[in-house]
Amino acid sequence: MNLHSDSAVAAMIGAVVLSATAGDIAISSALKKIGDLGQIRRARGWGGALCAIAGSGRLFCGVGFMAASFFALLFALSHAEVSLVAPAAGSLTFVANAIAAKWILRENVDGRRWLAALLVCCGVALLRA
Amino acid sequence: MTSKPILNSTPIPYRAPRPEPARGAEGLSAGKYAILGVVTLTGAFGDTLLSIGMKRFGPIPLARPELMIRALYSPWVAGGVLLLLAFFASYLTALSWADLTYVLPATSFGYAVIALLSKLWLHERISAGRWMGIALIVAGVGFVARGPALTPNSEPPPTGALQGAEEG
Repeated sequence: MNLHSDSAVAAMIGAVVLSATAGDIAISSALKKIGDLGQIRRARGWGGALCAIAGSGRLFCGVGFMAASFFALLFALSHAEVSLVAPAAGSLTFVANAIAAKWILRENVDGRRWLAALLVCCGVALLRA
Repeated sequence: MTSKPILNSTPIPYRAPRPEPARGAEGLSAGKYAILGVVTLTGAFGDTLLSIGMKRFGPIPLARPELMIRALYSPWVAGGVLLLLAFFASYLTALSWADLTYVLPATSFGYAVIALLSKLWLHERISAGRWMGIALIVAGVGFVARGPALTPNSEPPPTGALQGAEEG
């Protein structure tokens, strides 16, 4: 398989975006389940807050996805130009996160948040281009 | 014969309960805005320190992965890693009381901070397109920061998780 073909590069960027989005969604979902870490720390101290985090398998799953995203990005950067991979992965991750947060986390992604995600997405693409 | 008053006649002043900020309330406390600021700044400064450190260390060939460990002894890289650990801790804290779709755009100002650091500190050139990108990110941050931080009907924490907090 030619790793420099357009479809291979698109698959690499897709892998970065999907793993980063899965990581963010898993971590956010885990922390919504755990609750406000500030309140837990005030009630049970730093040890209690760390125990609450350490007991969440979903959070570690999210960290694993983030690590996978990092290595997928390194792999993509070794086969494609940084000026293509970095803006595409960065900006698409914003949009993928907004879609996944709406459908998986049931967040209230109103017009204001869609607009913010799209503005930041375009801004990141311009910044890294 | 004097009758004993059944109830104490001293009027008890009414004390309104202190309003607790509800999950999903529009306004964030100053402390929570500070945590969002810490997420933004530690991420931006951590990435910049890592970038400086790795440029000074030089390229690492795939055949010599042990050089990655040696790079950690560089003060720039070590500083960057410490800042990124602080970034992760504050990011987790922010996600425990705010939506993902609030935290990500609200802290994306870090991209603009990196661009400004690269101009002011590393003396890199910022093109007109990049200034436009910074402007769009700032506009996006402004949009989302004026809205609610948490979806009110989002998944509540389990009863056990905050039991101690409510008692305290």
